[in-house]
Amino acid sequence: MSGPALSTRRLAKSFGSLIVARDIELSLPVGARYALIGPNGAGKTTLINLMTGMLSPNAGQIFLGDDDITGLEPQARVRRGLARTFQINTLFPGLNALEAVTLAVAERRGISGQFWKNVAEHREAIEEAYEILAKLRLGDSCYQVTRELPYGRQRLLEIALALATRPKVLLLDEPAAGVPQEESGDIFEAVASLSGDLTLLFIEHDMHVVFRFATHIIVLVGGGIFKEGTPAEIANDPGVREVYLGTRKHG
Amino acid sequence: MALMEGVASPQAYLQSRSRWRPVEIAFWLATLLPYLLFPNYLSLASQIAITALFALSLDLILGYAGIVSLGHAAFFGIGAYTAGLLSKYGWGEPFSGLVAAAVMASLVGYATSFIIARFRHLALIMLTMGFGLLLAELANSAGWLTGGVDGLQGVSMWPLFGYLHFDLFGRAAYGYSLAVLFIVFLFARRLINSPFGLALRGIRENAVRMPAIGAASRTHIRTIYTIAAAIAGVAGALLAQTTETASLETLGFQRSADVLVMLVLGGAGRLYGGLIGAAIFMVARDQFSGIAPQYWYFWIGVLLVVVVVLLPNGVLGGLAKLTARWGPR
Amino acid sequence: MLPPVFGVIFDGFAYGMLLFLLSVGQSVTLGMMNFINLAHCAFAMLGGYITVTLVNRYGWPFFVTLPLAFLVAAAVSVAFERALYRRLYRASDLDQVLLTIGIAFISVAIAAYYFGTEQQPLQLPAYLRESVQFLGLRMSVYRLILVGIGIATTLILVGTLEYTRFGAQVRASVDNQRMASGLGINVERTFAYTFALGSGLAGMGGALAIEIVGLDPQFAFTYLVYVLIVVSVGGLGSITGSFAAAAVLGISDVAGKYYVPQIGAFLIYLVMISLLMWRPTGLFGRR
Repeated sequence: MSGPALSTRRLAKSFGSLIVARDIELSLPVGARYALIGPNGAGKTTLINLMTGMLSPNAGQIFLGDDDITGLEPQARVRRGLARTFQINTLFPGLNALEAVTLAVAERRGISGQFWKNVAEHREAIEEAYEILAKLRLGDSCYQVTRELPYGRQRLLEIALALATRPKVLLLDEPAAGVPQEESGDIFEAVASLSGDLTLLFIEHDMHVVFRFATHIIVLVGGGIFKEGTPAEIANDPGVREVYLGTRKHG
Repeated sequence: MALMEGVASPQAYLQSRSRWRPVEIAFWLATLLPYLLFPNYLSLASQIAITALFALSLDLILGYAGIVSLGHAAFFGIGAYTAGLLSKYGWGEPFSGLVAAAVMASLVGYATSFIIARFRHLALIMLTMGFGLLLAELANSAGWLTGGVDGLQGVSMWPLFGYLHFDLFGRAAYGYSLAVLFIVFLFARRLINSPFGLALRGIRENAVRMPAIGAASRTHIRTIYTIAAAIAGVAGALLAQTTETASLETLGFQRSADVLVMLVLGGAGRLYGGLIGAAIFMVARDQFSGIAPQYWYFWIGVLLVVVVVLLPNGVLGGLAKLTARWGPR
Repeated sequence: MLPPVFGVIFDGFAYGMLLFLLSVGQSVTLGMMNFINLAHCAFAMLGGYITVTLVNRYGWPFFVTLPLAFLVAAAVSVAFERALYRRLYRASDLDQVLLTIGIAFISVAIAAYYFGTEQQPLQLPAYLRESVQFLGLRMSVYRLILVGIGIATTLILVGTLEYTRFGAQVRASVDNQRMASGLGINVERTFAYTFALGSGLAGMGGALAIEIVGLDPQFAFTYLVYVLIVVSVGGLGSITGSFAAAAVLGISDVAGKYYVPQIGAFLIYLVMISLLMWRPTGLFGRR
């Protein structure tokens, strides 16, 4: 595939007079490690919601590879390879980690409509689920019910669920949000170990993490792309610094 | 592969969660006790079995998929009237009556499932209630078909297998109802332990996350709603066949509300909750049948308040906390 | 001379005003906290029984009992909110449904115990039972007063919402709870006041309902269905939505029973289902 893995063209969304996305043009090449940063309320999660189909745009288009996915429902986009994680844990509290990831794998394999065979008989799906969990160091707590998992492990489970869909493009919404310093390393190692074919866009506030993992940074302000460039360019840009220090007023 | 010593492999673990437990076997053996211990109460016992089946059907949509329905009796009533009308107009064979009832109820269930699957929260509750009330009004007005307030007359059943008559003592009735309950239960149990059952629990646990893992939740909801409708229809048919009548209350709001209370009492999402809740409710109601209905509901009200505030998972939930393992929920 | 259809519309509109008074509180609190309170009409019923007791047994004038019905219903609702409802704001729909249905069952039993299950007669002063002739229509004085109270209440509520600080807090809490508390609004207190106000209005509605539809212990459930229909069709959190939906519902119900009595009740459910399918958050709803 020569074109970008994920791109948007003039994507716009407003709620009445509140503009949350203005003319967004993005292009993520295959294998990218892009970071999306910006002050609170800039519209970063909204952009992810637009790209995944949880919100419909007022104008513009979204392309996954060469396919126009603008009109597709969220689950159809996931099946084509676009997955995301949530900033606030959106897990299955009463299921254990193994069940949760097996569910995601079963959905992908198209066997979740089957009601005559026991789950346990679907060996390959279960093994695949376990492998994903093991790779994220969740193997030994996979029988624990999700609501009893420590917060850091829950964040890892968020990623495991997304990975179970075998995405081509993965959108991570603050993957280490709320995780204490000592544990956030696990999460980023997990992210770092992801395949080079996988295209990543992650929202992050911690600049150390951004500079460590991102090859390209997009700065979102007031719903629009303020600037983008390499980490070095963005770090030295005076406009970006002003935006973060808030000396300029934004309408 | 970092599994601890002594812990089963993933497949074995999942397999073990769906094994038959001794207490379950004891439960089903106990259902035969009425023949020995309460031979004069077999009619009540068959009512309990029928209501338990109805509660089981609600558990599938409420306890497993999280759909709060205040109109599930619609399918119960459709099943009752289908079986009753079939018999009234000449075909009194019991088993085929059940099949016909299941088909009718599932057709209506399938049609309404398209609407049901698109809504949540208040709109969903209102729609289910609205459909139930609508159907009850229709049945009331269509007196030429349903017999209106007087109920369906002229239902008479042929004997089971050609020779087991439905007698006054309820022996055949109880055996019949219990057998149907058990068979459907086996089916439901299998369904719950399948990948589809896992998907339903996913919808219940977090409906928002489902599309994000590529799940077609609406299709799953339509499927389980149709299946639950069919089972409710079978329960209604059993009632019509064993009591040889069908009345408007089979579709009424009262019946929808009662089954909800039973399920909550026993604990939703555990398959046995509906069965136990139905047994407790019906036995209690029989024991207290002397008092006026509004006072009976006073205690139900108190029970509901207590359950919600203190025992959020019903009787079985409370027990489960004590016994720690009761299979997948 | 106006044709009889206007008489039907007037009666329907008056009935609608009654439904509005019963429903408006429920709409706003549902919109604010997403708390499903199926005991709402039990508070209405309480107001009704207060009025019946004061008028029949103690000879109070009818209109004087209305503010009392309001106050008692509001006070009782505050007690319930503090003791029970508060714990369930974040609970599931099912838990809220069950708790409040349980409270409704309890209230029905208590009403039956103290007042019996028959319809309560109400001794109203003679002038309220008269009618007025206008352009060929007979309009009952009672219904005229009901319409007046309904419209006055709507204006007061809308005015409060638009022009007072409390109203602004309510609007903010309905719109976005998180944002509102972020701005320093005590959302839980705002909710408590609104809930009391809504229950009080329901109580007053229950008192006014006696003459139109009667009062018996089943009132808590019979009118619950209509209230829920008004709320879900009108849109959660919208006063004007409740007004419109109540008016439409009142008129369709009366017209339905008058012109096509065989399908009267049926029509309401059909209208509700169709409207909900078209607009699941109600005509003027937000979510």
